[in-house]
Amino acid sequence: MTQLPTHTDKKLGLVIDLDTCVGCQACVTACKGWNDQGYGAALSDQNPYGSDPSGTFLNRVHSYQVQPDVGAAQIVNFPRSCLHCEDAPCVTVCPTGASYKRTEDGIVLVNEDACIGCGLCAWACPYGARELDQAAGVMKKCTLCVDRIYNENLPEEDREPACVRTCPTGARHFGDFADPESHVSKLVAERGGYDLMPDLKTKPTNKYLAPRKKDVPQEASLLAPLLDIQATGFAGWLDKVLGKLG
Amino acid sequence: MNPAPSVIAFTVLSGMGFGLLAFLGAGFVQPVGWLAFAHWGLGYALAVGGLTASTFHLGNPQRALRAFTQWKTSWLSREAWAAVITLLLLAPVALSDWLGLGWPRVIGLVGAVACFGTVFTTSMIYAQIAAVPRWNNWTVPAMFLSFELTGGALLSGQTLPALIGCAALIGALFAHKTKGDVAFAKRGQTLGKATGLDVVGMASVFEQPHTSPNYLMREMIYVVARKHLSRLWPIAFGAAAVVPAVLIVGLPHHPLTFSLAALVHLTGALASRWLFFAQAEHVVGLYYGQRQG
Repeated sequence: MTQLPTHTDKKLGLVIDLDTCVGCQACVTACKGWNDQGYGAALSDQNPYGSDPSGTFLNRVHSYQVQPDVGAAQIVNFPRSCLHCEDAPCVTVCPTGASYKRTEDGIVLVNEDACIGCGLCAWACPYGARELDQAAGVMKKCTLCVDRIYNENLPEEDREPACVRTCPTGARHFGDFADPESHVSKLVAERGGYDLMPDLKTKPTNKYLAPRKKDVPQEASLLAPLLDIQATGFAGWLDKVLGKLG
Repeated sequence: MNPAPSVIAFTVLSGMGFGLLAFLGAGFVQPVGWLAFAHWGLGYALAVGGLTASTFHLGNPQRALRAFTQWKTSWLSREAWAAVITLLLLAPVALSDWLGLGWPRVIGLVGAVACFGTVFTTSMIYAQIAAVPRWNNWTVPAMFLSFELTGGALLSGQTLPALIGCAALIGALFAHKTKGDVAFAKRGQTLGKATGLDVVGMASVFEQPHTSPNYLMREMIYVVARKHLSRLWPIAFGAAAVVPAVLIVGLPHHPLTFSLAALVHLTGALASRWLFFAQAEHVVGLYYGQRQG
């Protein structure tokens, strides 16, 4: 049913550290790769080698330029995927019951066998987390790799979402937000993790960590130490000889 | 939002159809015999035709029956129920008019109310979406219901209700436009706020996450040329409400007058519905730097 659960036992989700993300797109690729072969319809591409390639992805990484009041502009890479909201508007609008939020862990999923592909859930999501697969005609979204995290056939270290497992800089963290002692809960508490567009009252589970403040740049010229070099030894001798020649 | 022809046809045609069925059901006009068949037939054709058009934008229309299951939370599901119940309720009234059976009119009155209820559920599919600020207010049901009233009155040849409808429509369209034009800005959302990067500084797009448009951009980031807007809004106002009112007042009271007025109204309804979708901005556009905010 598309009625949201009043309580979920766990609140599984991601913390995304905008300070650490380098925008390498490895999470985009890992997500596409994993979801091409397991859960539900494979993420399709349209005209992938043509002039106008397009395809279904569950995770997109934006790049923004942020200009602080003082100092140089910064590049911030911004991964965007399903936030597994507590009050998920995408679930309640679904006319068929295909979209649902799980009571046991709070993951928002789509039962593709019941999806008519009306696209209303994608309209209802403020974050652009849902994409209608153009080949299968069903709605695709992040499953939090539900087919990995509980999969006992995988080695234990692989039982986390593909994007988290692959991230080379550790910018993505997976865990249970219902447990205040979990790694993700502590990270959010320490670094002031925040919700995206909280005014829309979706209560996202995933949290973002803002880029840390940059160090104060050195006032002196970077070349300063080079300007009065006192060469010694062979270099000193060479310096002397070359000086005489000049 | 993408102004898909199937969704424009669905909302405009079914709205007009349910409007005509409401006037027939309530007995404003009580044709007999084959004339009744033609009137009721047109109402059913428009309503059912519109509903059928809506299935053309489904990815898997063969499962459309499942849309009846989630009426507790989903306006789309409620609309499916309301439409079917209304069409079934009015069927005996139509049959009675056509075959001169003289069955009581009371079911027709209930059906007429149900017609407006159905169009209300259609409007709420859009009005409920908080992610589209232009839609997320009362002007959407007001506009849809005014269109239903006007279209139904014109198709059933009712001068006074049609004039009331035209007046209501001008008010509703005006309210929807003026409220809608500032709705996005009123939210105060910017790229910086949507990403939370405003605490660092002034955020702008450095590079898009993909090189060519995806489903999100095609479906939710539709950009309308300003010159089209300045032409289409007067057409919407004029053709939907002003010209039909002038026609039915100025020309003799004749079915041809009302047919002409209804056709002009339909043109205006299509123009205004195109604008309804094309002008509606989804907040996801903020992440792509394609919203004024």
